Amino acid sequence: MAGGLQHSAPIPDPGLGAILEAFGIEKSFPGVRVLDGVSLDVRAGEVHVLFGENGAGKSTLVNVILGNYAPEGGTVRFDGKVLPSGSPRAARDAGISVVFQELSLIPTLSACANIFLGREKRRSALLDEGAMSREAAAMFARLGIALDPQAPVAGLSRAEQQMVEIAKALQNDPRLLILDEPTTAFTDVETQRLFSIVAELKRLGVGIIYITHRMAEIQAIGDRISILRDGRRIATKLVSETDEDELIQLMTGRETLNVYPTIAFKPADEAIALDGASAASGRFQNVSISVRAGEIVGIAGLVGCGKSAVGRSLFGEERLAAGQVKLFGKTLRSPSPQSMLEAGVVYLPPDRRRQGLVLNRSVRENATLSCLNLRSFAFGQWLRKKSEDDAVQRVLNRLNLTPPLLDRNVSAYSGGNQQKVVFARAFLRETKVLIVDEPTVGVDVGARLEFYGILKQLCEAGAAILLISSDLPEILHLTHRTYVLAFGRQTAEFQREEISEAAILSSFFAAGPKEGGIKTGAAA
Amino acid sequence: MTPLQQISRPAQPFALRRVADRMLSRLKTTGIISALVLVVFAFFAVANSRFTNSNNLINILNQSSYLMIVSLGQGLVLISGGFDLAVAALLGLTSVVSATLMIALAANGVDLPLAIAISVACGLSVGLILGMVNGVAVAYLNVPSFIVTLGIAGIAAGAGYQISGGAPVTGLPENFIAVFGTPDLRSISTSVYIAVLFAVALHLTMTRTRAGRYIYAVGGNPVAARLSGINVRRHIVFVFMTSGMLASLAGILLSARVSTGDTNLGGNFVLQSITAGVLGGISLRGGEGTLFGAALGALFIAVLSNGMNLENISSYYQMIILGGLLVLAVLAEQLRLLISGRR
Repeated sequence: MAGGLQHSAPIPDPGLGAILEAFGIEKSFPGVRVLDGVSLDVRAGEVHVLFGENGAGKSTLVNVILGNYAPEGGTVRFDGKVLPSGSPRAARDAGISVVFQELSLIPTLSACANIFLGREKRRSALLDEGAMSREAAAMFARLGIALDPQAPVAGLSRAEQQMVEIAKALQNDPRLLILDEPTTAFTDVETQRLFSIVAELKRLGVGIIYITHRMAEIQAIGDRISILRDGRRIATKLVSETDEDELIQLMTGRETLNVYPTIAFKPADEAIALDGASAASGRFQNVSISVRAGEIVGIAGLVGCGKSAVGRSLFGEERLAAGQVKLFGKTLRSPSPQSMLEAGVVYLPPDRRRQGLVLNRSVRENATLSCLNLRSFAFGQWLRKKSEDDAVQRVLNRLNLTPPLLDRNVSAYSGGNQQKVVFARAFLRETKVLIVDEPTVGVDVGARLEFYGILKQLCEAGAAILLISSDLPEILHLTHRTYVLAFGRQTAEFQREEISEAAILSSFFAAGPKEGGIKTGAAA
Repeated sequence: MTPLQQISRPAQPFALRRVADRMLSRLKTTGIISALVLVVFAFFAVANSRFTNSNNLINILNQSSYLMIVSLGQGLVLISGGFDLAVAALLGLTSVVSATLMIALAANGVDLPLAIAISVACGLSVGLILGMVNGVAVAYLNVPSFIVTLGIAGIAAGAGYQISGGAPVTGLPENFIAVFGTPDLRSISTSVYIAVLFAVALHLTMTRTRAGRYIYAVGGNPVAARLSGINVRRHIVFVFMTSGMLASLAGILLSARVSTGDTNLGGNFVLQSITAGVLGGISLRGGEGTLFGAALGALFIAVLSNGMNLENISSYYQMIILGGLLVLAVLAEQLRLLISGRR
């Protein structure tokens, strides 16, 4: 087989036969029912969009189809034959390929070696490097990228790595291709290129599952769209017969979501600032932001734009190569999480499992982990368990932790409940500056409401709040001012009256890595 | 500004469930090892009449105390997410250093109590200093504890042989043996009281103090611990220094018991102390388990080996059984994690 995209098999009648049928898939993790009888079919030659909130079950469904998870109930049929459950091998042999949002390449190996990993071409006992290299080069030409197949993956840009990932998926001659938010690292040009590849695959009769949150992409390449919510498939629609409003309503299950309080805007002195800062890791360059007491400032941007690193650097967790952190007008020499907390800065990290919680410890211990140096929780070294218990109980009752069992390990709770335990930290100590990163991912409306309420309360009492979020409505409704980051650079700043979805979205791509200029809003 | 003040007191509909939950988690942590101790004790009590003889019971206590002291330190390191493979070598080096020094000082006419005090202090600082090296390498240089402590174990053993010339150091002062060991083999030795003292103190440290909380957090998730403002490195250094110091303390007490300074005195203590910790419910992934459990694990091993000695089971077989126990205990933990779905 010369190139990955040429199929020797006869092309099935596009748009008719279902190539994949998942029926009644059920999957639970301890304490959470992730998929509750989900059925889905993908036809040969169609792009089937999967749409839903974080935690709706999209990636679990994909992993069931790929054989990475064995479901408790239901079957996956491919080409009419039942795939053995929980066998990644069988799925791959049947011709199912995937491109995940998180890269799965081995950085030290070349692009070519990654593409052929596990499927190396051989001439007798030896690897046929020449043939593999030629095929990889042909694939890159098809994808419209100029890449040396022998270049180590580590030296490539994020977008190029994503292209290698796609090439790897296509080399398998897939009959079903799953693309999980493939364009987050792409500029418009690369996205268009991907779309033309997708169109070509459709002509060849490949079925495509496409996961995205972007309306424009759904309209551009989607044929049908299935909406998942709380582990159920709510609806499947023709993309041409639906619109954005309907999709959002189906996704959230609410007519209009009005959980956002109006927060009074009484800015005082600057509380925390980043001044001409560049991260030592290279995640952002020359960023200057400031947050005043009594205001909520947002940072918006796509995944990987550097906004999380900005939040970490303000908390002393990301080393700066240039620039500085200022707190209450003083330049900090070497900020650390410890010194920032002592100064009244509270940081709620985006990844609760990796950065927020000690999973094998109890709810109580996790809730107060960053507060034990307070007089109310410890007398010197000695813990005051009674007052600790009372405080945690009160806060978690208010956040409606269910069930409210403080001795239970946090690992026994669902994601949303775990996030409530993280929130508790902002409630439990005096907060002069609050930095929150993706605070409401996977959190139910009730806890969101409480959390937004606390943002309002803290802000109006004079705290400075930095809200880093990929959730645009959150940015639109809550912030007094918003910065936008793209590709590690600050691309815009919007004052309250200028903040609009269109304006923010347009600046997500405003300055590509090669253009580099900084556009700012009128009052910047 | 703390929002707490505005939150009203909650009703307590879950009070009963909460109590049940707490009891269940207690049972899970130390229930299994307590049962194991009782079962093995009952088994040997029935199998061999000499086992429940009061002299033998005292003997078990005395024998278990050294391992218990070492296991408390090992348990601390395990909870913080590391390993201490140097405990046996530190124990042996301490034994040789303090014995050699004590004899030399006494021979040079130094007042005996002073000579003993100086050599005990020097012995303890062997563990403190090498423990600090372990901790600093792990915390600040990011070397896996497995490797650092293995290297330090080699260094300590080599130093011990060099100082002692490879032979046991004999001729320890009677006073030292009487104070740190036992006047005779039929009475409870000083090491038992010291083991109990440290078991209680360290258990309270782990359950009632900030340092204890922080060590659990560091073992469970060092990133989350750091982001919670915890000085992760300082706590790692602390656990390795404590483990080293306890190994040295056991070395001094054991030297008094056998009236000898010996590099090999630590014997099988690395395997035994890790086994004691894991049997006691400490997770090798860190952040879980109690020091009370580790102490019970040490008692279990002492009861088991005493019983096997009475049954004339050879020490080679005993090593096989002990190694098997460690593997079984770890398997049991994996099984538990698998069942609770955490893997």
